[in-house]
Amino acid sequence: MRKIHDFHGGIHPVENKHQSLHTPIRDAGIPAELTLPLSQHIGAPATPLVAVGERVLKGQLVAEATGLVSAALHAPTSGTVTAIEPRPIAHPSGLPAPCLVIASDGEDAWCELPPPCSFETLERPELLARIRAAGIAGMGGAGFPAAVKLGLKPGTQVETLIINGTECEPYITADDILMRERAAQIVRGAQILAHLVAPAETVIGIEDNKPEAIAAMCAAAEGTGIEIAVFPTKYPSGGEKQLIELLTGKQVPSGGLPMDVGVVCQNVGTAAAVADAVEHGRPLISRITTVTGAAVDEPQNFEVLLGTPMSHLLALAGYRAADNPRLVMGGPMMGFTVPDPGVPIVKTTNCILAPSAQELPAPPPAQACIRCGLCAEACPASLLPQQLYWFARGREFEKAEAHNLFDCIECGACSYVCPSNIPLVQYYRAAKAEVLQMRRDAQKAEHSRQRFEARQERLEREEAEKEARRAARKQAAEEKARRAADAGSGEADPVQAAIERAQARKAAQAAGAASEENPLQKLEKTVVTTRERLEKAEAKLAQARSEGADHIAALETGVEKTRAKLAAAEQALQDYQAQQTPAEPAPAGDAAQAAIQKAMAARAAQANKSPLEKARDNLEKLEARLAKSEARLAESRAAGEEEKIVEALASSVERLQEKVAAARAELAAEES
Amino acid sequence: MALMRVTSPHAHGPLSTSAVMQQVLLATVPGVLVLTAFFGFGTLVNIAFAALLAVSFEALALKLRGRPPGFYLGDCSALVTAVLLGIALPPYSPWWLIAVGIAAAILMAKHLYGGLGYNPFNPAMVGYVVLLISFPVQMTSWAPPRGAGEVPGLLEALRACFTPGSFDAITMATPLDVLKQNDALLVRDLWAQSPQFGRWAGLGWEWANLAFLAGGLWLLYRRIFTWHAPVAMLAVIALMAALFYDGGSSASGGSPLFHLLSGATMFGAFFIVTDPVTSAVSVRGRLVYGALVGLLVYLIRVFGNYPDAVAFAVLIMNFAAPFIDQYTQPRTYGHAGTGDGK
Amino acid sequence: MIELLVQHPLLAALLALVGLGAVFGALLGYAAVRFRTEGNPIVEQINAILPQTQCGQCGHPGCRPYAEAIAAGEDINKCPPGGQAGIEALAQLLDREVVPLDDEHGEEKVPQVAFIREDECIGCTKCIQACPVDAILGAAKHMHTVIASECTGCDLCVEPCPVDCIDMIPQAQTLQTWHWELPDTSNRGADIIATDAGEAA
Repeated sequence: MRKIHDFHGGIHPVENKHQSLHTPIRDAGIPAELTLPLSQHIGAPATPLVAVGERVLKGQLVAEATGLVSAALHAPTSGTVTAIEPRPIAHPSGLPAPCLVIASDGEDAWCELPPPCSFETLERPELLARIRAAGIAGMGGAGFPAAVKLGLKPGTQVETLIINGTECEPYITADDILMRERAAQIVRGAQILAHLVAPAETVIGIEDNKPEAIAAMCAAAEGTGIEIAVFPTKYPSGGEKQLIELLTGKQVPSGGLPMDVGVVCQNVGTAAAVADAVEHGRPLISRITTVTGAAVDEPQNFEVLLGTPMSHLLALAGYRAADNPRLVMGGPMMGFTVPDPGVPIVKTTNCILAPSAQELPAPPPAQACIRCGLCAEACPASLLPQQLYWFARGREFEKAEAHNLFDCIECGACSYVCPSNIPLVQYYRAAKAEVLQMRRDAQKAEHSRQRFEARQERLEREEAEKEARRAARKQAAEEKARRAADAGSGEADPVQAAIERAQARKAAQAAGAASEENPLQKLEKTVVTTRERLEKAEAKLAQARSEGADHIAALETGVEKTRAKLAAAEQALQDYQAQQTPAEPAPAGDAAQAAIQKAMAARAAQANKSPLEKARDNLEKLEARLAKSEARLAESRAAGEEEKIVEALASSVERLQEKVAAARAELAAEES
Repeated sequence: MALMRVTSPHAHGPLSTSAVMQQVLLATVPGVLVLTAFFGFGTLVNIAFAALLAVSFEALALKLRGRPPGFYLGDCSALVTAVLLGIALPPYSPWWLIAVGIAAAILMAKHLYGGLGYNPFNPAMVGYVVLLISFPVQMTSWAPPRGAGEVPGLLEALRACFTPGSFDAITMATPLDVLKQNDALLVRDLWAQSPQFGRWAGLGWEWANLAFLAGGLWLLYRRIFTWHAPVAMLAVIALMAALFYDGGSSASGGSPLFHLLSGATMFGAFFIVTDPVTSAVSVRGRLVYGALVGLLVYLIRVFGNYPDAVAFAVLIMNFAAPFIDQYTQPRTYGHAGTGDGK
Repeated sequence: MIELLVQHPLLAALLALVGLGAVFGALLGYAAVRFRTEGNPIVEQINAILPQTQCGQCGHPGCRPYAEAIAAGEDINKCPPGGQAGIEALAQLLDREVVPLDDEHGEEKVPQVAFIREDECIGCTKCIQACPVDAILGAAKHMHTVIASECTGCDLCVEPCPVDCIDMIPQAQTLQTWHWELPDTSNRGADIIATDAGEAA
């Protein structure tokens, strides 16, 4: 018998487990529509592989894992994909998330599965690939992809493999009934896991309030070398960190993983799913879910297809919506309220709790904290919850962090015992989120700062380059002038002069080639020369026609070509002008500063004005903008610009007109 | 009907603040009964009048501070303060003494700091010390116990309270006082000469202390508070008394048993030191806090100017409680060292 | 000399105090020079607190210039994107008093992100030039778009747009950004802070 250690704190809430244990696991059947959220696990959402309208078979891969920390999704039954869109999911926010919707056809036709095999014959990578392909994510509630947890770095030695059958939360019996009815499957799963991670020992941990499950598991584990460890019931002994301390006496370092102390921990449900996946090639498409609470007539456990709406299960259990003020996914300690009974069952839905108002009354108003310290006694992480509460409430998040806020596992023991009914866990959740938000903001600010500085640098560099070019041009011109003066005064060598002239022209061209103004000149020149060429060609053509020469056709095509070239050149010139005109008022580099200065001046001016003046100014400004826009519109209409531009301008004029009208109304209101 | 959206946990334990306060009130009953049995109805009258005043002052303060009085009065904390102060005051105190004490406790020590949960000092003890310093004569005169003098009836008790002028108070030094003033007799002789002494400690006092001990044990059983602070305090008092009890010479400080069952020892250990708001919070912190209260109680009793010292000791340690908390943070799961000094 | 001092105790006391003052002053002065701690330059620290939206609402062309101005003594309450939290952080860093945001420079708003209505964009590049963090992508006569993850929500691009096709939209809440808020203590009729007294009554 192994030594059972103890962990600090913990509570003993009323268990309420017997209600849902009267009947064996019941099959929940196939609902008409299944909604599969793409993110049912911790990590990146899965990527859909099927299109809307496609027919899928039961067990077919419909969405693959994205990246390493992710899990695949499979069709829970055969049918047609009807939508891939955001739908409400089981999340306290009530926000929608991308889901894959399958209308079932009732045939429940399986796709072709990999042949059944025995795990001993499989190599480690192959085993892991099977688990990964089956899309198994931790079934205990957190939903961490199992294959990621099991994919150990080479060379790591696992001391203990823990299979978690604790199920310490009140009401939930999904693991309990699974252990009672499918002990052999769990043990096979545990053997597969053990084969995979090669631990020194494998332990299945169960609380002592499940005697039947313990008996079944002991019988199934007989002769396998797997140990069944039974320990006293205390919430939250099923928490991964607490369970590790209970069974090994070791504590997972803060911010670390169980692997850091040589432990791998998996839920019994996960073990069963692994057995299914490896031995029968069946992916994870269903799970055991407890439906319980006083608002259902027949609390019981269901084997339910993933994606089944909660309302379907609730109806099977005899749900009385009128008696149910809140619907909880998970247990009463760590579960969260769902906004709507229509949300789907996911891989982590171990329980649907539909309590009556008497059973779990609405939280009364919080009273003052009297620092009674009951929370500190109950805290399984040995934190000082009331200190964290003061810090969170006072928004002193740094201090909260220094008091190890992030070691809080949000088990709810502190809130449970608090005599003043303070929603402590909510404070911690909010504080954690704020801290994370602050970190993200700081990161973003740093990123923006770098971009801003890079831009400033670029602008400066461009300015400097421009300056350098200007200087070079000036120098070249001076040089030329000097040369010209020299040439005029002295004995000129015509050849030398010609060479120099050519050089100077070249230098000027080189300097100009990069300059801002030159492309314009170049384009203009192209237009002029092309036009000249065209004229010449036309003259030639006319001459040839009058002479009746035989190369008229060739000349004609030449003229056509030149004409096309001219058109292209003109177009290019026009484009260039269009692009350049807007930028003219300020050089590119200073636009931001100019805008800032303008905005600054406007703000400074506005600050000293009465609302009336402000309104009047606003109107004036808008009118000016309107006039400008109208002018621009007229201009572009006259110029026959593209229809799209004209339209855009017209719509902006309309919008400005609306704004002007609004400003007028405001001004009128101010005046009256 | 829209489904409720609340954060977990959805279940809540049976304990509430008002239930805690009511349990504390209930636990004082045996002590109050013994006090009444030995010293007459004075304590009961104290408590009744103090409770009336405390609730009125609390309501007034809440009204002034713009809080809903009904909700806050429901936590019963004002009643607890009143009962504790009523027990601590000498029986047959005049009404104005009680009024000043309650005003200091509720208005000054509690609401000036922001009400329940925000007060750094134990309100009942602030009220007591304000009175002790302001009216030393009234505060140090204690009625003689049954067996050592006449005990007034209920009517006389009421007269003593509301028409103090018409009541001729009989007072007698308390056993702690007698021992303190003694500089010539052996403890044994003192015991024989003074009518105030009983079997182990003061006549009546010993039974009152035992009754408060019983009430405290019941609270411990009900898990209203933890054992750490009271046990540490009693242990240190006993240890100090044992160290300085020289077998009963005239300079002796009194036996451990005498100290444990005298004055406000048990009352202080189970009803004052355990006040959660003003004491240290962590387990180690409470041990330190209780031990230091015990040390101060003994030092002031034996070497100081006052015969009893629970109030002073508690107030001084109230000052130190945040400091103690700072240095006794528990080691968080998964962290190497303690959280000290962070 | 000594006799004089003995005869005039006042003088003696004065001298002693002045002497002590001089000695300790010299000691402190020496220590200040000798053991000076080289901290992060204050401008950098201020800049690290500023939100880096580069919006110019403070009246400076960017966050760093404002950081420099603050270091030179300017008010710390001119940054609306930083909000009250930013002011508090600055006040703590600089040991100044916490003051409310100066609404002359704008109000604290939820974080926004610029959005170009792309079918209305005429491709004029004006917004690109105005963007302080190069978060707008596009070329002349081609539709522009905002790289949402780089946008700081400074709204400097809105003014220059000739066709008014840029909207500032509040950043949408997603499952990733959603979280429980701190419990609202003001609306429960209990456990309220003094300033909310009116609501409770």
